[in-house]
Amino acid sequence: MVSSAILALADGTVFKGKAFGALDVTTVGEVVFNTSMTGYQEILTDPSYASQIVTLTYPHIGNYGTNEEDVESSNIWAMGLIIRDLSCIASNFRSSSPLSDFLAKYRKPGICGIDTRMLTRIIREKGAQNGCLSTDPKMTEKKALELARAFAGIKGMDLAKEVTTDKIYNWTEGSWELGQGYIDQARTEWNVVAYDFGIKRNILRLLADRGCKITVVPATTPAQNVIKMNPDGIFLSNGPGDPEPCTYAQDAIREFLNKGIPLFGICLGHQLMSLASGAKTAKMKFGHHGANHPVKDIQSGRVFITAQNHGFAVDETSLPDNLKPTHRSLFDGTLQGVERTDVPAFSFQGHPEASPGPHDPQPLFDHFIDLMRAYRHKA
Amino acid sequence: MPKRTDIKTILILGAGPIVIGQACEFDYSGTQACRALREEGYRVVLVNSNPATIMTDPDLADVTYIEPIHWRVVEHIIEKEHPDAILPTMGGQTALNCALDLDKHGILAKYGVEMIGAKADAIDKAENRERFDQAMKKIGLECPRAGIAHSMDEAWGVQKKVGFPCIIRPSFTMGGTGGGIAYNPEEFESICIKGLELSPTHELLIDESLIGWKEFEMEVVRDRKDNCIIVCSIENLDPMGIHTGDSITVAPAQTLTDKEYQLMRNAAMAVLREIGVETGGSNVQFGINPDTGRMVIIEMNPRVSRSSALASKATGFPIAKIAAKLAVGYTLDELGNDITGDKTPASFEPALDYVVTKVPRFNFEKFPNSDDRLTTQMKSVGEVMAIGRTFQESMQKALRGLETGKSGFDPRLNMDSPDARTKLMHELENAGAHRIWYVGDAFRIGMTVDEIFALTKIDRWFLTQIKEIIDIETSLEGRTLKSVDADEMRDLKARGFSDLRLATLLHTTEDKVRARRWSHDVYPTYKRVDTCAAEFATSTAYMYSTYEQECEANPTNRRKIIVLGGGPNRIGQGIEFDYCCVHASMVLREDGFETIMVNCNPETVSTDYDISDRLYFEPVTLEDVLEIARVEKPEGVIVQFGGQTPLKLARKLEAEGVPIIGTSPADIDRAEDRKLFQEVVNRLKLLQPKNGTATSLAQAVATAKDIGYPLVVRPSYVLGGRAMEVVYDEEDLRHYFAEAVKVSNRSPVLLDKFLDHAIEIDVDAVADGTDVVIGGIMEHVEECGVHSGDASCVLPPWHLSDAIKQQLVKISIDLALALNVKGLMNVQLAVREDKIYLIEVNPRAARTVPFVSKATGLPLAKVAARVMTGRSLKEQGITKQIIPPYYSVKEVVLPFAKFPGSDPLLGPEMRSTGEVMGTAKLFPEAFAKAELAANCPIERTGTILLSVKKSDKDRLAKLGKLLEQHGFVLEATTGTYNTLHEAGVKVKHVNKVYEGRPNILDYIKSGRYSWVINTTEGRQSVIDSRELRRNALRYAVAYTTTLNAAFAAIEALPEDEYHNVHSLQELHAMIK
Repeated sequence: MVSSAILALADGTVFKGKAFGALDVTTVGEVVFNTSMTGYQEILTDPSYASQIVTLTYPHIGNYGTNEEDVESSNIWAMGLIIRDLSCIASNFRSSSPLSDFLAKYRKPGICGIDTRMLTRIIREKGAQNGCLSTDPKMTEKKALELARAFAGIKGMDLAKEVTTDKIYNWTEGSWELGQGYIDQARTEWNVVAYDFGIKRNILRLLADRGCKITVVPATTPAQNVIKMNPDGIFLSNGPGDPEPCTYAQDAIREFLNKGIPLFGICLGHQLMSLASGAKTAKMKFGHHGANHPVKDIQSGRVFITAQNHGFAVDETSLPDNLKPTHRSLFDGTLQGVERTDVPAFSFQGHPEASPGPHDPQPLFDHFIDLMRAYRHKA
Repeated sequence: MPKRTDIKTILILGAGPIVIGQACEFDYSGTQACRALREEGYRVVLVNSNPATIMTDPDLADVTYIEPIHWRVVEHIIEKEHPDAILPTMGGQTALNCALDLDKHGILAKYGVEMIGAKADAIDKAENRERFDQAMKKIGLECPRAGIAHSMDEAWGVQKKVGFPCIIRPSFTMGGTGGGIAYNPEEFESICIKGLELSPTHELLIDESLIGWKEFEMEVVRDRKDNCIIVCSIENLDPMGIHTGDSITVAPAQTLTDKEYQLMRNAAMAVLREIGVETGGSNVQFGINPDTGRMVIIEMNPRVSRSSALASKATGFPIAKIAAKLAVGYTLDELGNDITGDKTPASFEPALDYVVTKVPRFNFEKFPNSDDRLTTQMKSVGEVMAIGRTFQESMQKALRGLETGKSGFDPRLNMDSPDARTKLMHELENAGAHRIWYVGDAFRIGMTVDEIFALTKIDRWFLTQIKEIIDIETSLEGRTLKSVDADEMRDLKARGFSDLRLATLLHTTEDKVRARRWSHDVYPTYKRVDTCAAEFATSTAYMYSTYEQECEANPTNRRKIIVLGGGPNRIGQGIEFDYCCVHASMVLREDGFETIMVNCNPETVSTDYDISDRLYFEPVTLEDVLEIARVEKPEGVIVQFGGQTPLKLARKLEAEGVPIIGTSPADIDRAEDRKLFQEVVNRLKLLQPKNGTATSLAQAVATAKDIGYPLVVRPSYVLGGRAMEVVYDEEDLRHYFAEAVKVSNRSPVLLDKFLDHAIEIDVDAVADGTDVVIGGIMEHVEECGVHSGDASCVLPPWHLSDAIKQQLVKISIDLALALNVKGLMNVQLAVREDKIYLIEVNPRAARTVPFVSKATGLPLAKVAARVMTGRSLKEQGITKQIIPPYYSVKEVVLPFAKFPGSDPLLGPEMRSTGEVMGTAKLFPEAFAKAELAANCPIERTGTILLSVKKSDKDRLAKLGKLLEQHGFVLEATTGTYNTLHEAGVKVKHVNKVYEGRPNILDYIKSGRYSWVINTTEGRQSVIDSRELRRNALRYAVAYTTTLNAAFAAIEALPEDEYHNVHSLQELHAMIK
């Protein structure tokens, strides 16, 4: 007998469906939707989803199971998964475990069999909703609604601190290739320190491919400790939550900017670099979560199809003179990338590391290498 | 950067007649292209020989040429119209080949015409297998191990490299014509010989076999700035080895991880860039080894295709429209996404939140003796697409949308038969048209997913989904409808079970299931196809049904009309009916109605989301239409334009209170019901061939004696002459009857005296209950006995006297009034010795409506649609028949080459897939043009083989003399030889097959004849002469199977069909 699950939104909507993943679990978080049609395993393991319950709009999820390779961290960070239909079979030559087991292993609940399109419509119209997802058979609608409404929301939450690594480590694994898996990097040329605000492994893999000797440091690592490592460049990672309260990171970034060390930020890293440069950020209505977002490179006019996953955005009108917009979303015109005019620093709101999503903006990683080369040349 | 301003006039090439592998998806793309470019202010000149298309409507392009798509003809059009550019990517392989010919012969250079969309070199690189393989190697992508051969010797060389089994494909043929899989040297040789002949470049590609690999497609669009997007990924349920057009396909891809998907996405884009498709849409096909994920590129099409039409319908992203705009210089980000009301740009990738399933429709029953197994050569004649929130739902909707008598996974196998299991294994391993149902049967008898996978190589994901459906069916065994509660009912419906299927499973009726369902408050909800998975709001009403919580139909309070479409194309019901539906929708929209289209055919213009105010992409079945009518509450529903599909529903819809407009269902029935119709005929004092009805063989034999042979026999209620035959004696009749009862479902068999040597006539008319206007009178070229859908015909008539014509008009008017026709009517008559016989009347849109409309300029379907909404003919100013001062000939195209082993003899059963039109001042030139357009150009030199039936011998001497005068060398079989010889015609005798060697077959095979004229009658004679026709077909010798057609061709011999070109607008201007 399949057990039931309940999803309650702060606006009072309640969905009843079937439970999967971890049973007997109740969780709260911000309910968001992601329109990617592939890559659920990468999404679940992306630390940027901490404190969020993810709705996948594509109805069949779990079709290709899960495997050892397609993970972006060592955990499932999303608080829960909401889908229309859980596949009754995992069919892929790389699959090692069904999705439901994968969720259960990390004690995360899932709900299926609900009208996810209706849920998406609600989020679109009312904004991302605080919600409660429970696979506890004893959970009542009333209690679930109370829990949903009791969730404080992500605005003002510093989550980077919670998902970051607790110790410094090195990274040497490069990109995935069919039939070979992840290939260890062959050479190291650039000394890169990567701040982990909730970093996705594919960022590290793409840096490794490009000859970066990578040292990953915790989110709160003071600037001086990093500068002592004598980096050719510093990478600011993606991550969950509101960038505003991460003042420790903004302080560190300001020092790096003052020193003129090449900087590359992605997503939360982009917001932090912008804040450190004097711009402002704001919470979006329901954010960008998907793999089909067109982003225009303002200078070349080229359009990239990008993966996106953010609930906060940098307000373009707040940019100081030395921070130039480089990319804009063609969906809603929001700012998607900036660069400093005075120092070698740039950042991108979307996810050039993809995983999941299109690889179109990967040349941004090459740009980072170019900046480091110029920096070294100058020195 | 905005559009180009250095271009003013653009020439668009259409795809020509509907053939297997190239169907009305190119009308859809061409229509979009015309509209898109005119919207931008360009002058559009269109060439397409197919009059049944929407794109050749005179107001779609600035100048429209319904002329043969042959470079020599197109040259004259270029000379006359001075286009600046030619867009060859909208008309399938036909347009690409023609554009390449124009380029090769220096025409484009001579007149300074630029090829836009795809350059000649890119087309060549994509189509030339050797260059393509090299290009793929260059960018590090794998192709299957393969080689090219231009001769049998070379072919054997390649075979040694790739091994058995291997796949053979001739270059530059559409739908993979002539290709096949060879498992042994014998098969290899036979496929290669045929393929070398069929390929215009005499080139074969021989591939390593990837049978059983998974097959995927990606639809890519690229712009001038190198922005690339994937519009849609498609996964084939049927693995490699079955042509993608014959495969069940699903969008989006279901079984790829993101890593694998992105590899494929990158590869697809790399292919476009390397091949050099600068702007527009292309389709890239991939094979994936299911065990290792190894990916190979199968092929790419540097143009819009059947798959891109499917992808457009599946996603709501109009690929052809966008491709046309990119071709004139726009970039993707400069173009809006219609569906979101231009709030977002076209530079994005559609996100789906539903599953789309496409299932092909086959017509093997019309080609007995042909191989009905699915191979790399496409054989399906149509397709149905269904949208559901889950695969199970979309799959089951597609199955019932096919209209092959299935309401879902109905059992196919006779489980009691002793060889059931053997048959099942065979059907699973060697896919035919019904494999999907055999998969269901396999689960029913307890086979496991792995066992079925071993035989079919269908991915286990799909198999498991089907297994669940069958498990549910099995669990319903012994249950009653009453025991199904609301929750279970909702779950069953959400999985796509139709009311009818549930009724069968629960041993009750569809009506009772519906009543029960409604009493449980279980209704479908309608969701929108919005390109963005609900991320943005949409005002575009492109909808599909599902069973969920929230309904997005949001019906309006406007006056609205529902037009029911024709479902999947099949022989006998194709693009012509879609044309009528589209016209109805267009004109009623113009009149201020909200128009609502219901159809499930992804190839068509009718299922373009911006043709009607609202589009329900749904199966055209009673259940689905009733639910839409319940939600929309229309003022009227039009059933007479979509062919038999909606017509069949008329009575039941009416009984459920749905307002049918136009001729009433009772009157429609009256015309179909023999007895009722007889009363009308008697009252009007019309002549009919002597006829009778029989429900048993004994009765048939007796009735036949009474009427006298030869007879036309057929089951009642059929379209396209299914199982219609001419019988010459009792033995023929007995033989036929055994088979007819099978196809007619216990309904009676009709017997009519066969009017041999009569001229057959089609009349299309429109009536409003008070007045009747004749749309056109068409004289068939072939004599009576050839299905009107397979006959060529001429408008106005070429041989009829004014007196006969007047009588035809009077009879038609009388019939229309007597049958209370409100809308369209088609009458078929025969003229013999100045007597007119009525053959049949159909108070509905006929296949000939678009042809008549193009020939006369009177848009019959539009006029009829207005009549149905209460606007009289007088009110519309439609008062008199238009008789054009020029002749239009309709000629058909037949698919025999795709069905090796079938007999290409024309008969009362329709088998043509499409039509062309030729127009000229007089009939002979128009006929010659039509023949050229149908790709059967008239033979003017060489040796002719004549072998004609007894009853044709009185006209044989005349024929022989004419041929002799025109310089042909004549050879004939015994009887024909004797007649010709006696008449003093110079002729040589040749042996029939059983008369010793060398015989006619030896001569055909050795290429001795340029033209075969063979007529035959009677069961035995047909069988005896079958090899002659089959071989003429196989060795691509021109053949004619009626004497009238031979005479028409002779009349046309002095004409130059390449020279004179007339635009439709010029022709219509000549009408006073």
